Amino acid sequence: MTTVYGPVTDWATDFDHGDPEYNKNIHQIWETLKASGCPIAHTERYGGTWLPLTHEMVHEIAYDTDHFTSRNVVVGQLKPSQVEGAIPAPIGGAPPITSDPPFHAGARRLLLPAFSPKKIDPLRSKMEKMCNDLIDKMGDREHVDAALEYSQHIPVLIIAEMLGLPLEDADKFRGWVNLVLGNIGDERNEDRMAQFMEFDAYLHKHIADHVENPRDDLISFLLDSEMDGHKLLPEHVQGTVLLILIAGIDTTWSGIGSSLWHLATNAVDRRRLVENPEMIPQAVEEFLRAYAPVTMARLVREDVEFHGVQMKEEDWVLLPFPAANRDEAQFENADTVDIDREENRHAAFGLGIHRCIGSNLARLELNVAVETFLKRFPDFELNGSEEVTWSTGQVRGPRTLPFRVLSRS
Amino acid sequence: MRVHVDSSKCQGHNRCYALAPELFDVDEYGNAFELNDGVVPVELEAKARLAANNCPEFAIIIED
Ligand code: HEM
Ligand code: SF4
Repeated sequence: MTTVYGPVTDWATDFDHGDPEYNKNIHQIWETLKASGCPIAHTERYGGTWLPLTHEMVHEIAYDTDHFTSRNVVVGQLKPSQVEGAIPAPIGGAPPITSDPPFHAGARRLLLPAFSPKKIDPLRSKMEKMCNDLIDKMGDREHVDAALEYSQHIPVLIIAEMLGLPLEDADKFRGWVNLVLGNIGDERNEDRMAQFMEFDAYLHKHIADHVENPRDDLISFLLDSEMDGHKLLPEHVQGTVLLILIAGIDTTWSGIGSSLWHLATNAVDRRRLVENPEMIPQAVEEFLRAYAPVTMARLVREDVEFHGVQMKEEDWVLLPFPAANRDEAQFENADTVDIDREENRHAAFGLGIHRCIGSNLARLELNVAVETFLKRFPDFELNGSEEVTWSTGQVRGPRTLPFRVLSRS
Repeated sequence: MRVHVDSSKCQGHNRCYALAPELFDVDEYGNAFELNDGVVPVELEAKARLAANNCPEFAIIIED
């Protein structure tokens, strides 16, 4: 599979983050790009896209909401101005991630309390049970897939329950997440449009049902919420439900998967965490730094010069938090994954006003998932005869993790 | 030593609260603030530095 633009032949001048090789060889590709003397790479693909690679530039763009709009945060073939019926700024299709100031602050503020540490921490025992149940289901097989049978399930079940959507629809949700984040660039594809309409109708149906039968969940909470003394517009409610469903699934699945991949391929770290589980929270922060799952995007609001390059209105700018996290100027031995790293100002959950609302939830899921896996499988390794496959697109993580279990408890 | 959270920079990553709950708390919006007027007992100075050096937004100020 390649993107609509075909495979990349020269990463320095024609990169494509949607090419499957990108996520697979991401660290070498950044090196190639940096070595070409250009810390901010450019491609004509997607109508013009920039890729800044230093922490300083990523930080600057994330903070500069005047020049860089969040109108659309997933790079595609079509710019928002070319999409018929697109919900205009400052709300955008999935508030608050697609919103700019001043609308953004209110749309974000109403969601924050539901995701504060004191609301999230009590979910721990439920997550532990969920992780143990998934492992129980694997029986006593020697070969298991830690992505397909474990990491991919944890975030979906949690988020569906928080929103108030049926847990049996988990497969559908994963399909739609892949639709939004995985198959980039192919927006004119009819099958894709039909799937979007199905997703839209599904959300519409369940929100309407909550209007009729309010319950104690996030959808009812949103329907009941007010901004500036008014109920939220229906498109705002639906956009936010869509955002929470999409933002919480692929990302956390990728984070859990990358952490387990690291542990399968690093016996020393694996043993140390089994013997010293109290080190897990610090190790998880290092996995978040080194294997940060999420690259965001912005659109250039109007022509602007940025660090010596001329950016044009509606150019895409990728915001690679994962590359910022590997910048030597900000992190000592940035390319070494070091679970003893104590000072770790990583940007896996973003920087500035769009800081991930789900970060407390995601951190808890990551910690519980790693802890439980190591408790039940104190020793495991990659099953060398099958390949690990990586996602394509702006969320990076392993999509299959064929493991051989070496010991159980 | 004293610590202070610059609320104009804090975005609620909650690293400070996770690493040094003796020194920081967070409100229901996830925004952090210092406890005890920011006064840091000697035995917690290392923790205060650790929290400051883990804040992604450079929002924690330390005064020695
Ligand atoms: C390891 C898992 C996760 C990672 C790495 C991650 C990463 C990110 C990043 C980098 C942003 C910033 C977007 C930007 O600057 O445009 C973001 C925003 C967001 N994330 Fe997450 N996320 C994760 C899990 C979650 C979960 C579990 C939820 C569940 C609710 C969630 C909900 C959101 C929302 C609502 C926003 C938009 C915030 C705003 O625009 O103000 N995320 N996330
Ligand atoms: S770590 Fe920094 S941004 Fe996060 S809550 Fe503390 S002060 Fe705020």
